[in-house]
Amino acid sequence: MKKLITITYIALATSMTGCLKDDAFLNKQPTNLFSEEQMWSDPSLALSLLGNLYNRYWDMESVEDWASMVNLNDAFPSDNGQYGRVTNSEWGYGDWGTWDYGYVRDMNLFIKKCAAATKINEADRNRLGAEARFLRASYYFEMAKRMGGVPLILEPEQYDFSGDPSYLQHPRAKEHEIYDFVISEAEAIKDLVPTNIGEKSRATKGAVLAMQARAALYAGSIAKYGATTPQVALPGLEVSIPGEKANGYYQKALQAAKDLLEGKAGAYALYNKKPDLSENFAALFYDKSNNNEVIFVEDYKLQSGKVHGFTLVNQPRYTAEEQEGGRLNPSLNLVQQFEKLDNTFAPLPTKSGSNYIYYTTPTEIFAGRDARLAGTVILPGTTFKGKGVDIWAGLQLANGTVVTSDLPGGTQKVNNVDVQAVGYDGPINGYQFSAQTGFYVRKYMDPSVGSGQRGVNSEVWFVRYRLGEIYLIAAEAAFELNDKAAAAGYLNTVRARAGLTMPLVAGDVTFDRIVHERRVELAFEGQYLFDMKRWRLAHIVWDGNAISASDLTANLGVATKRNTQPWGLWPYKIHDPGGPNHAKYIFKEVLPNRVTASDRFRLGNYYSFIGDNVINRNPKIVRNPNQ
Amino acid sequence: MKRIINYLAIPALLVVFSACKKDNFDPPGTTFKGRITYQGQPIMVEQNQVRFQLWESGWGLYAPIDVQITQEGNFSAVLFNANYKLVIPKNEGPWMLKEAGAAKDTLLVDLKGNQILDIEVVPYYMVRNAQFSQANGRVSATVKIEKIITDANARNIESVSLYINKTTIVGSNGNMQVQRKDSTVNGATDLNNLQLSVAIPSMTPAQNYVFARVGVKIAGVEDRLYSPIQKITF
Repeated sequence: MKKLITITYIALATSMTGCLKDDAFLNKQPTNLFSEEQMWSDPSLALSLLGNLYNRYWDMESVEDWASMVNLNDAFPSDNGQYGRVTNSEWGYGDWGTWDYGYVRDMNLFIKKCAAATKINEADRNRLGAEARFLRASYYFEMAKRMGGVPLILEPEQYDFSGDPSYLQHPRAKEHEIYDFVISEAEAIKDLVPTNIGEKSRATKGAVLAMQARAALYAGSIAKYGATTPQVALPGLEVSIPGEKANGYYQKALQAAKDLLEGKAGAYALYNKKPDLSENFAALFYDKSNNNEVIFVEDYKLQSGKVHGFTLVNQPRYTAEEQEGGRLNPSLNLVQQFEKLDNTFAPLPTKSGSNYIYYTTPTEIFAGRDARLAGTVILPGTTFKGKGVDIWAGLQLANGTVVTSDLPGGTQKVNNVDVQAVGYDGPINGYQFSAQTGFYVRKYMDPSVGSGQRGVNSEVWFVRYRLGEIYLIAAEAAFELNDKAAAAGYLNTVRARAGLTMPLVAGDVTFDRIVHERRVELAFEGQYLFDMKRWRLAHIVWDGNAISASDLTANLGVATKRNTQPWGLWPYKIHDPGGPNHAKYIFKEVLPNRVTASDRFRLGNYYSFIGDNVINRNPKIVRNPNQ
Repeated sequence: MKRIINYLAIPALLVVFSACKKDNFDPPGTTFKGRITYQGQPIMVEQNQVRFQLWESGWGLYAPIDVQITQEGNFSAVLFNANYKLVIPKNEGPWMLKEAGAAKDTLLVDLKGNQILDIEVVPYYMVRNAQFSQANGRVSATVKIEKIITDANARNIESVSLYINKTTIVGSNGNMQVQRKDSTVNGATDLNNLQLSVAIPSMTPAQNYVFARVGVKIAGVEDRLYSPIQKITF
């Protein structure tokens, strides 16, 4: 009984002291969340918000998406899951589209709240706000490239739950209004962000000017060349830019590019550290210390969780650090576009008359060409990470028969002797990870040990803007403004770095030259599709017709040259013991047999499809043309 | 243990075999077909490159049903009975819509059972009297190209091509041809008696016939206009 009373007292005492007062309990601060007020009182917390916005930047052909690089036939996908990219005959209208207004809203919110965050000192606040404006302008630019004019929303809007959302429905802006917005934002923020050449992954004056130059160039060329495809236009100018605006845009592009080249945003300079020019061009992408060419990047860091597997998936298969690699195989279409050192175009010489040309090494055929070739592509007989690649497709016997194997490095009996009948890196048709075009990619490949291991991966950055492109922007803008001498000067600077030391003169600079230079300098950097679109060349270059062997090698360096199928160039070894040509190499142009169709770019592909769900919610949106 | 599995298996099987009946929809069962015509003649285009859209309002998501036109100018779709708006999108097909001025030409289709409808349009040109022959490993074609639209909306011909293919699908796309011959057209070209010829390439596996047709590329029009397809045996 006594015990019972004691228990009752204890129970009473516990229950009466138990809880806090209601108001104290309900106002408890969470320990796992920051309040909005806290976020906006500390610049480093605000920066972490901005980090999220940086992460959502839209890229084309990034190092995290090797497969997107094969869509345009400058490469072939050596991967069993990706052959669909060379068996399709057209692209969907929705391809390349983006309509991420959630991202736009987050940026608008950031800009608005940042401007009101008086607890952060003014210098930090200005910088953070300007960076968000840079990201917002970048995304509008990206949308303009893909969709044309889009609704230009610059305020975070709020629904009032009145049942009538029509005040939130905005029509599409004109295409040139988006470009004007990007250019004017760049003008407004270029002095609010730091001028710091060492800062690569955050917005700097250099990045802002580069974006301005590129956007103005795009707008200028759409204005000028849009006239050639009158069907790719909308009456409200949501798509197409009036031709008379072209010169104004070209002048703006030239001015922004000149500012960068004259060092107004810091002492950027072309990367020129290594004596071997091909190695130098490759190092431009992987060398992250004191790289003065690179302006703005997506950065990665080992052991931080933010790494990418570009080297893993594309390393030469034979010497790979894992049981995979070799996926991205640059095509002969691209390889043969690299000029000879005397500034002329020539196909790779495989035959003289009807006889094969015999080469002592598989690399010899590529000698005397633009150094960017070996900097962009791993050629047969060259090395990666100090180890040679073994690319040859078979043995050709003295009587002309070809002996090969369907396993990398496989052997066959020739005259009752086992001999290796194919290279360890292929090429073998349909054998994934072998070099099915005879080439592997080198651009963005990381030469450091471990970059090809799944547990390590690579921290090579993805370059969004670099000075080499700025030279080409200046050259194109100057050319379009009829200053060919200046254009030649800009081109020569870039070409000299590639070993093309014979300068071009004003008379040499043609539209085809400009197109060509961008294609070889900026291969696999996400520019090719948008370049072809803005020049309105896409429906000509990808016209749906197959490329015959004779088409393939003709008209090199011509802007309208067809590029509908990825061809390869396969080395064969001569097997004729005792003969004069024994162990020499011959080359054959080959269409990899997984390529069964040719690509057609329809007029409806120029601007991506806007989803029916978008138009349902906002009937003011007009559809893109030809869809 | 075994017994428990048996006990579980019986209700599980019951569930499987008694699968829902009530919430299944009937499939669409009404066939809507026809041709794209000019004065009763079908207009030949490229397989699956030209289409029109059917819109039905009253649903949550207002989105079109795309109906592709075959290379003989036919179309066919299996649909639900409903009121549709038939729209040929702008710049689709080598023709002009009959009602000029408006951006889109809308036709109301009230589907209450199988229906056959010919959609009448005005093409820029018509390919008439296509005649094909073969000799000495070449296919030759003679066509007459008649200009239909001659007013301010008239368009010139950019080029005329002869295509041959191994299968019955023939057209300007790379996988619809084994060989082609493009011929540019200028003011001096006699469109009443246009002759083209193309060499028959070697084919694997070998076959002793090809299918041929002539395509006309009209300046400023994406979709080509075609002649009928003919099988040529050699």
